[in-house]
Amino acid sequence: MTTYVLRRLLLMLPVAFLVTVGVFMLIHLTPGDPALILLGEDRSPQAIADIHKQLGLDKPIYVQYGLWLGRMAHGDLGRSITTHQPVSAAITERLPATLELGIVALLWSLAVAIPLGTIAAVRRGSALDYLASGITVAGVSVPNFFIGVVLIFVLSVSLRLFPFGGYIPFATNPIESLRHVVLPAIALGTAGAAINMRFTRSSMIEVLNNDYVRTAWAKGASWRRVVFIHALKNALIPVVTVVGLQIGGIIEGAVVTETVFTWPGVGRLAVESIADRDYTIVQGIVLLAAFSYMFANLLVDLVYAWLDPRISYA
Amino acid sequence: MSNAPALLAAGQHFRTARISGLAFVRQYPRVAAAAAFVGLLFLVALLAPLIAPHDPLAVHPDDSYLPPLSPSHLLGTDELGRDLFSRVLWGARVSLPVAFVAVAVGLVAGGIIGLVSGYAGGTTDLLLMRFIDALLAFPGLILAIGLVAALGPGLRNAMIAIGIVAIPIYARLVRAQVLQLKQMEFITATRSLGARPLRLVLRHILPNLMNPVLVQVSLSAGFAILAEATLSFLGLGAQVPTPDWGQMINSGRTFLNNDAWLAIVPGAAISVTVFSFNWLGDALRDALDPRLRT
Repeated sequence: MTTYVLRRLLLMLPVAFLVTVGVFMLIHLTPGDPALILLGEDRSPQAIADIHKQLGLDKPIYVQYGLWLGRMAHGDLGRSITTHQPVSAAITERLPATLELGIVALLWSLAVAIPLGTIAAVRRGSALDYLASGITVAGVSVPNFFIGVVLIFVLSVSLRLFPFGGYIPFATNPIESLRHVVLPAIALGTAGAAINMRFTRSSMIEVLNNDYVRTAWAKGASWRRVVFIHALKNALIPVVTVVGLQIGGIIEGAVVTETVFTWPGVGRLAVESIADRDYTIVQGIVLLAAFSYMFANLLVDLVYAWLDPRISYA
Repeated sequence: MSNAPALLAAGQHFRTARISGLAFVRQYPRVAAAAAFVGLLFLVALLAPLIAPHDPLAVHPDDSYLPPLSPSHLLGTDELGRDLFSRVLWGARVSLPVAFVAVAVGLVAGGIIGLVSGYAGGTTDLLLMRFIDALLAFPGLILAIGLVAALGPGLRNAMIAIGIVAIPIYARLVRAQVLQLKQMEFITATRSLGARPLRLVLRHILPNLMNPVLVQVSLSAGFAILAEATLSFLGLGAQVPTPDWGQMINSGRTFLNNDAWLAIVPGAAISVTVFSFNWLGDALRDALDPRLRT
């Protein structure tokens, strides 16, 4: 296992290098001179040259990349072009709101997916199974921002059950915090629920056909015991992979959901920064999203190997 | 060696098997139904200028916020008095071409990378796959948003960005298929008969990897429409006053209190379109690979 972990980490290095090159190049793809964005109206050649020197833009591109990588290794992602706040501080400030939303969304997706996926597998071919399959395809077809808009219209504007936006930290007021997070979490977690349901169902069907499950039936175990104790535990192993990737992709989903629900997280910060042409912030968020995704992939592989001892990575 | 021509013939036969249209519908009713629905959507996009009752850009302030089923406005009008039904029909002319171009970018670039990587192997494969791994390290939408933020908002850049996001999926898929096909006897036989690599790839490998690629094309067209709508919703795709579904939801959501249909109608249009592509992809997968019928 240690060899596998080390090998997996080594394999990640070239990919991580290419990711940093890609993120670094994003800002250089941007049309126009960053100094002009920074300076606004005051565009004297001297001021432009000063900014170039300050940002290192007067150096060859590979030197700029090396300097940027060195600063990044020390946690310095630069400063916001518009607010001059350090990028890492701006992201850290918004991260708790995104994580709270992401965790509740994930819990919602699992609470829906596991029971429905299991029932669909146990009652394969029934009307309930077809309904679950329909929900699965629909869940991945409806955009999460549209789900958000419908939820606001039905549960907030029409029935006035939930507030339609805003964020209250859990530590400040747990009840109000949960009331505020319900709608965005449902919007964010529905596509994940559909995918998890599909995986649970197909994995459960496979497990239910195994000899050990047949033996459990033959020994007279109740269906609850067979399904929930013997089969479900093993059926959930492939689901772990998908869930792990969904954790890594929280920021991705949050970009849209946070915009719909005026949720002050990292995703909304990304959208605001694009509107403000604050490329250093966008760069920082893209980098964070890519590295979260990469580490989630790594963790998924490790957890998978740990959960299923038959898997050999030698 | 002696049975090489027979193996070749078997390969040819596999590729050229044809069934009549009616037999196809009988054999694969789900594929036929889903394909018919997708075809209908393309027809709507194609005929939008003829079937849309009004100019989707024509502003009539006196007719603003008319509810659905109003006289001469089937789905009502928006805040500028523009006919919502016409705008939704014209929206298909934005979404479907975006999906087409984005899938083409992903398919061509990813397909070439996958073919070269799988066929050449060795260092070429290693280097190309690390590049693909790096692209896969970015969550799809984040990569698209980052690219559009860098290149500038607009439909053309959105298409390119969504296409780039699709590249690794096709590259991985095609490479895996090529690796599998390379080991098959009819390919070995063709090679031993002296076929050049280009001929081998174009005439024998390429046609035999079309089935999984076809499934992926349908699924990634659904993703492309969803991604385009998302970018437009965020103000990074189609720009005002283009009748775009994502952008229509974005402007419509500010009127949820009294005129919810302004957001709900285009939302339903996106959902139905993406659903039909996903449905077609699912049906094709089941039809082409019976092992996946679970």
